[in-house]
Amino acid sequence: MRLKRKMHTLTDCPRGCSATVVKLHAKGPLKQRLVSFGIMKGARVEVIGFAPIKSTVEIKIGRMRLALRKEEAQMIEIDHDA
Amino acid sequence: MMRETAPVCPVTENHIRIALVGQPNVGKSMLINAISNARLHVGNFSGVTVEKSEVFFDYNDFHFTIVDLPGTYAFTDYSIEERVTHDFLTNEDYDLIINVVDSTNLDKNLQLTAELMTMNKKMVLALNMSDEAEREGIEIDAPYLSQLLNIPAVKVSAAAHTGIEKLIETVIDTYNQPMREPKLVFSEAVEEEIGIIERYLDEHHFKAAISNRNIAINLLQNEKKTYRTLHDLPLWTELQPQLIEADKHIETHHDTDDIKEVFAEEYAAFIRGVIAGTVHYREQASEKKSLTERVDDLLIHPVLGIPIFLFLMWGLFQLTFEIGNIPMEWIDSFFGWFGDVVGATISNEDIRSLVVDGVIAGVGAVVLFTPNIIILFIGIALLESTGYMSRVAFLLDGIFHKFGLHGQSFIPLVTGFGCSIPAYMSARILKNDSDRLLTLFIIGFMSCGARLPVYVLFTGAFFAPGIAGNVLFAIYIAGAVIGLIAAKVLKMTAFRGEDEPFVMEMPKYRMPSLKLVWHTVLTKTVMYLKKAGTFIAGASMLVWFLSNYPHSDSVALEYAPKIEAAAEQTEMEKLSAEAAAKQLEQSYLGRIGKTIEPLFEPIGLDWKLAVALQAGLAAKEVVVSTLGVLYSVSDEASETDSSLVGAIREHIPFASAVSFIVVIMLYLPCLAASVVFTREAGGIKYFFYLLLFTSATAYLLALIAYRLTLLITGASAVLPH
Ligand SMILES: Nc1nc2c(ncn2[C@@H]2O[C@H](COP(=O)(O)OP(=O)(O)O)[C@@H](O)[C@H]2O)c(=O)[nH]1
Repeated sequence: MRLKRKMHTLTDCPRGCSATVVKLHAKGPLKQRLVSFGIMKGARVEVIGFAPIKSTVEIKIGRMRLALRKEEAQMIEIDHDA
Repeated sequence: MMRETAPVCPVTENHIRIALVGQPNVGKSMLINAISNARLHVGNFSGVTVEKSEVFFDYNDFHFTIVDLPGTYAFTDYSIEERVTHDFLTNEDYDLIINVVDSTNLDKNLQLTAELMTMNKKMVLALNMSDEAEREGIEIDAPYLSQLLNIPAVKVSAAAHTGIEKLIETVIDTYNQPMREPKLVFSEAVEEEIGIIERYLDEHHFKAAISNRNIAINLLQNEKKTYRTLHDLPLWTELQPQLIEADKHIETHHDTDDIKEVFAEEYAAFIRGVIAGTVHYREQASEKKSLTERVDDLLIHPVLGIPIFLFLMWGLFQLTFEIGNIPMEWIDSFFGWFGDVVGATISNEDIRSLVVDGVIAGVGAVVLFTPNIIILFIGIALLESTGYMSRVAFLLDGIFHKFGLHGQSFIPLVTGFGCSIPAYMSARILKNDSDRLLTLFIIGFMSCGARLPVYVLFTGAFFAPGIAGNVLFAIYIAGAVIGLIAAKVLKMTAFRGEDEPFVMEMPKYRMPSLKLVWHTVLTKTVMYLKKAGTFIAGASMLVWFLSNYPHSDSVALEYAPKIEAAAEQTEMEKLSAEAAAKQLEQSYLGRIGKTIEPLFEPIGLDWKLAVALQAGLAAKEVVVSTLGVLYSVSDEASETDSSLVGAIREHIPFASAVSFIVVIMLYLPCLAASVVFTREAGGIKYFFYLLLFTSATAYLLALIAYRLTLLITGASAVLPH
């Protein structure tokens, strides 16, 4: 049996936290879309805030601000920055 | 050179066809405006330019055609917009690309630039928003950037009109010079594979218009066109296994199985290098909160955000009513006076009635609402151009998603409050077809500007001025809520399917440019007035004719002696009103109305209101003008209150008015909008679905509203009289 390591995704990040993208678990068009916004391995992101009921998250990547639904944010695996 | 000696037709030889490409919201529309003084619509949310538009202009001896392509984040063909841009760039004939980038966000923007660099086209980089970059302390070394990429780069500001001439001259220079191949540098692993393929092509003396290195890059990133071209050549059999091998290599190196992702990462790394060398940030932006961040802290606050949005909308409708009503009296009395003046010059009784009661009354009734429309349009233009729209999409996505809609559906839906036609067109920003159709079906429930006159008329008739604005707001909210519920119903029945992801850029807040808001509002208002002058004048004449003919002599004969014999003034008035009503009832319009009346009786509408609704199928403005014509006929005698508002208050019971408003709110949009709907939805069958869907909803809810109002007010069900 393999040891299960807990995967951190963007939804685990509280407001104000910054992180580095490790892997995209999206497929096909969604993946392309995320990539075209600069969300790719090694990219640095910062969580800016959440919409009511945490349905949507706003992040900052580079100098751009991006809104993502929770479902999409969960597909972005991250590493918390120290 | 002297102007007079210019050749008669300098056009054909020096014709430069330019494709304007950039990511959404980089200021492409505004740049075109600045270059050519064209009046395009400029908005501050992702994806205003959904259709490509062409602009022509001359500069020195050159004739320019600029094709403004829809903004696209990457060179893919996934959404409609991306497809338009992708197909144009790969298949159409053009001389040069102007790639517009946002100087304050180069790392993201250059990603697209890198993709364009493999297109083998002449290219000029327009570093737009340089004014803003300067304010934010971003220094770009344009000459060095241009040297690193081997693409001419010019700093411009579409807003401040700087660098525009230089841009055009650079375009002309680039056009005149031979093609320079852009410089892209990849990681060692990728460079190695590129080298292998390139050498293979060289050894086989392969020669094409573009360099073998460029071909190798395109082959490795699976670029369709290059693939197709080489596919049919003899060397393909040997080349293909090498390519597969190379791609596998690269993918392992990048720890992914997606070659597109590999290249995106490669470009990103390359761009990071370029930016490190050419861009200097004077102050650390992250330390101080930017204006956008501070405004966002409030406007998209998890608790306060939605109340603030609702408050802003409420304020807009208050303004629409309060300020809009001030000039209404002037306009009303102007048309009254105008009718009298014109009427006095016409001796023929029938023609006088046609002109005064038909055309002037009808058009006047519509023009009356111009101030309200202008305020509403200004409000929507401000929402669009400040960047607030995207915030609302962000705030509302959670709720919208529950109803089966997409946060970005909000943009067409709000546009729908102005006019359904641009709303239907802007639904194209939705990538997913079933999302888009769903949104198209409920846009009509967002009451468009043309329905505003009907609401203003009725709320004015039944409510005190103090609360009329609130009622107006409530009507709009009710329409929106019904729209949401309808969306849910449709999503659960007709439009089941995968949910579209929500990934949206939040543009920076910007002060709306007054000139642009003015242009937008002006264009829309002129359109509204033009419609009043042409279409509605025509419709008014038709309604006038149908309501005045045939003229019954028997009614006239019956009443003439009675009226003559009447002893008192009041009795005389009463009799002539009766006569007019009788005449109207047996007119063509009366007969049509009477035929369909049984259908409308259960919801408390008489034939006049039913006719007004039918007329509204042509255009919603016609509802008011029809009422104007219908009631000015029976109104002649009772001079107590000459205005339409008074007539409505007098003749229509409250419950019927409520029912009427509900139908207006929900039934089929106007003819022009229906045509656009059909086109955008992609087939006539959708029009019939829409007809059925909106009619059924309108009828059902009107019935409920009518009965409820009767119940609450304790009134009995009487039809209007
Ligand atoms: N400060 C500044 N703002 C600009 C400039 N160019 C465009 N804008 C603003 O950027 C926003 C988006 O512009 P638009 O032309 O609609 O972008 P498009 O989506 O690329 O066509 C608008 O609010 C413009 O007012 C510029 O050079 N400087």
